[in-house]
Amino acid sequence: MARPKTSAGDVLFQGGTGLFALFIVIVTVGIAFVLWGRSSLTIAKFGFGFWATDRWDPVSGNFGARTFIWGTLYSSFLALVISTPLALGIAIFLSELCPHRLRQPLAFLTELLAAIPSIVYGLWGIFVLVPAIRALEQALPDWLRATPFFSGPAVGVGMLSAAAVLAIMIVPFSSAVAREVLKAVPAAQREGAYALGATRWEATKIALYYTRVGIVGAVMLGLGRALGETMAVTMVIGNTPQVSASLLAPQYTMAAVIANEFAEATSPLHISALVEIGLVLFTVTLVVNAASRLLIWRMTRRPHERSIVAPLVPEEKSA
Amino acid sequence: MRLRDRWRRLVSLLMMTLCGLSVAVALVPLAFILFFVVTRGITALDWNFFTQTPKPHGETGGGMANAMLGTLIISGLGALFAVPIGILAGVFVAEHGRSHLASIVRFSADTLNGVPSIVIGLFVYALVVLPMKEFSALSGGIALGVMMIPIITRTTEELLRLVPASLREGALALGATHGRAVFTVVLPSALPGILTGVMLALARIAGETAPLLFTAFNNHYWSTSLTQPIASLTVQVYTYATSPYDDLHRQAWAGALVLVALVLTCSILARLATRRLERMQAGH
Amino acid sequence: MTMNRRLLAAAVTVVLLGGTVAAQKVNITGAGATFPDPIYEKWFSEYNKLHPDVQINYQPNGSGGGVSAITQQTVFFGASDMPMTDDALSKAPGHIFHFPTVLGGVVPIYNIPGVTTELKFTGPLIADIFLGKITKWNDKAIAAVNPGVSLPATDIAVVHRSDGSGTSFIWTDYLSKVSPEWKQKVGANSAVSWPTGLGGAKNDGVAALIKQTPGGFGYVELIYAMQNSIASGPVQNAAGKFVKASLESVTAAAAGAAANMPPDFRVSITNAPGPEAYPISSFTWLLLYENPKDKAQAKTMNEFVKWALSDGQKLCAGLGYAPLPPNVVKLELAQLAKIALQ
Repeated sequence: MARPKTSAGDVLFQGGTGLFALFIVIVTVGIAFVLWGRSSLTIAKFGFGFWATDRWDPVSGNFGARTFIWGTLYSSFLALVISTPLALGIAIFLSELCPHRLRQPLAFLTELLAAIPSIVYGLWGIFVLVPAIRALEQALPDWLRATPFFSGPAVGVGMLSAAAVLAIMIVPFSSAVAREVLKAVPAAQREGAYALGATRWEATKIALYYTRVGIVGAVMLGLGRALGETMAVTMVIGNTPQVSASLLAPQYTMAAVIANEFAEATSPLHISALVEIGLVLFTVTLVVNAASRLLIWRMTRRPHERSIVAPLVPEEKSA
Repeated sequence: MRLRDRWRRLVSLLMMTLCGLSVAVALVPLAFILFFVVTRGITALDWNFFTQTPKPHGETGGGMANAMLGTLIISGLGALFAVPIGILAGVFVAEHGRSHLASIVRFSADTLNGVPSIVIGLFVYALVVLPMKEFSALSGGIALGVMMIPIITRTTEELLRLVPASLREGALALGATHGRAVFTVVLPSALPGILTGVMLALARIAGETAPLLFTAFNNHYWSTSLTQPIASLTVQVYTYATSPYDDLHRQAWAGALVLVALVLTCSILARLATRRLERMQAGH
Repeated sequence: MTMNRRLLAAAVTVVLLGGTVAAQKVNITGAGATFPDPIYEKWFSEYNKLHPDVQINYQPNGSGGGVSAITQQTVFFGASDMPMTDDALSKAPGHIFHFPTVLGGVVPIYNIPGVTTELKFTGPLIADIFLGKITKWNDKAIAAVNPGVSLPATDIAVVHRSDGSGTSFIWTDYLSKVSPEWKQKVGANSAVSWPTGLGGAKNDGVAALIKQTPGGFGYVELIYAMQNSIASGPVQNAAGKFVKASLESVTAAAAGAAANMPPDFRVSITNAPGPEAYPISSFTWLLLYENPKDKAQAKTMNEFVKWALSDGQKLCAGLGYAPLPPNVVKLELAQLAKIALQ
């Protein structure tokens, strides 16, 4: 078979798209570079101790990022736990189950969640969500309050409120991408499953398996949003730098402390510390990405070729 | 019907109900938030709001007309910057899925997506605002564009990968060059989904405040100049919402309502375009 | 057809001419403190009505933001609730003048279920609450200052600012003056390491948290307390009297300071002497270069500042700001004359 023609057009195509792709890498590296450069003061002063210290004192010039790292990771993790099943459920419903007439309006409504500015989420959070969560927290039974996850005074602002707001904010992103990805499953896959006697849910599992890489991508998109969200989180999380497993405890995230203190910081050490927090967040995002890449790699390995359908539909026992 | 089948059907019913429930669960906060914004802001939505520039507290007749224009300008700039870069980069990554460069690009895009908007604002501040010694609409557009790129790239890549290989191979078999095959066959078939990606990216940046505070700044007067500070709905809403006065608070809510409506309109338009495209494709 | 074309040509000419006439506009950008934003907005708007070709654009992104913006010369003027430190001044490419514009106060606010009478506070008492040493509302120390008021056993939920702000600087500056322990442990700054309490984002974040949290105690700018109808109480001043924050008591704090005003106007008037003085008051300053590059903008800004220090002061009371004492204005006009306009 003859090879496809390589022409000037192809060179332009490869070169052009490659250049734009490279641009993204350059921007990302550029950001890391700028962050590194402008945090040199605190890097010199604290070294890696910056990651492990709890203290944050602009007056005495003692800074440490540990409480913020914890807050960001914990809140994003919780937000993912809450939002992923919701996003998948919405995506499945809208791509498989929904009556045709309702599809567009419902899809539209879920995307409306993405249209709301984060400041509105923050203000709604503090005026509506936080009192509701405080009532919920105060109604928790005592034995639950004794566990480390629900200890401490019930003030409303804290990790739970932050996770709830974050989850609501990232659901539209994950669900929209998941829906697009599920829509693209070839009809043959589903029809094959139904032909073999699968139930609705089993056929859906097959579609999910087919698009699993895309689903992970959808979740990653949501996670990226959660890690970097500032305005909404800072209004409901309580802004107290402390490491606590309790959902009721007010805590602090990296993005929130940068947003809160950067505009006012005048001492070079303080500014450097805040920029270094930006660098830490950048690094955390890198690590989380690498972990999810590993996940995808493991998912797409095919050591043993097996029928996709077999494990999902139980065998018919011959009478 | 055997017991096992009964069980399977039950599980299926349960899961599907849960899926339906998740839609309901997601829509509940939406209803609350919309109710919240509408009840607080609707009273401030009058003709002045859409045609006048801001007036200080205590004076009636102020509006956010310049902020609306500003948001359109900056978002437009951002899209102009991000859509070509995002789509072309997505094409590259989808075409060269396994190569090292593609992995690096994908990784960078995901990392960029996770960078907080304020850090991107500071980055553009250092690179554009400081040398210009001026806050400008241009720097605001660049900051928002940078935020849009990863979302567009990611969705473009995911959707291009799901286009059946048969389509591309068919084009190549007919003698098309690589580039032609992608641009005339593969890309158009993924276009509806890519449009959704662009919409998502626009929705993401339309609500951003932090990066604009360091780049586009704000402007209380009419301005369409790209090298001057420019107003935007988000910054204006933020400034009013955190002020002490109730009349400014109401205007903030009205501004938020307009912002949501703007993004919604874009979404509707994108959906209509998507449906058109899908219908055209089905017709082939 | 030709008629239409002529009309079109005429219209285009008018627009172009109009454009060139409008190009005479002077655009000035400024950034800084949120506290004086309402009065600055009023001033810029009123001045624009008097001089339609002058458009002054101000964004309240915080005192520190104003300081760094003017240091990096991305704006023409800055505004700050705290005077620039010597260190910060040395970093600027030119000498920066401070011009006090208005006065403001920071008030303690609280939310105690069942308590409707006004609570009195002393400086050391507030410091101890913020240090975390006093944790319940029915503590002896609070009762001692408020005899006869029945206080519940509710926990005190301290709320402070999470974002750096001039308001926090004024508050911590006052606490440093009245409590040696606070000065040693925490200090005064726009952002400190708070020994206890929740962080609310900006004034309205603090107000919202306190309104919703039974037992809440925190601080906001006077205007927020006035607008939000939230309970606030008088504070004991240096002369021993319990004074409630008001335009008069804040101006009284400045009157005492006017006598010993340093030549660069960088002075703190917290815990000011005088029987009627409100102890947690402060000036807010405009920051201008002594030798600005853009002379056209400099001339316009000079005229504006002269107006703000005279006619502009009449607009203060209507918005809840205390005007400057006249002897301070005189000194400022002398400093204004030093700005190089050629």
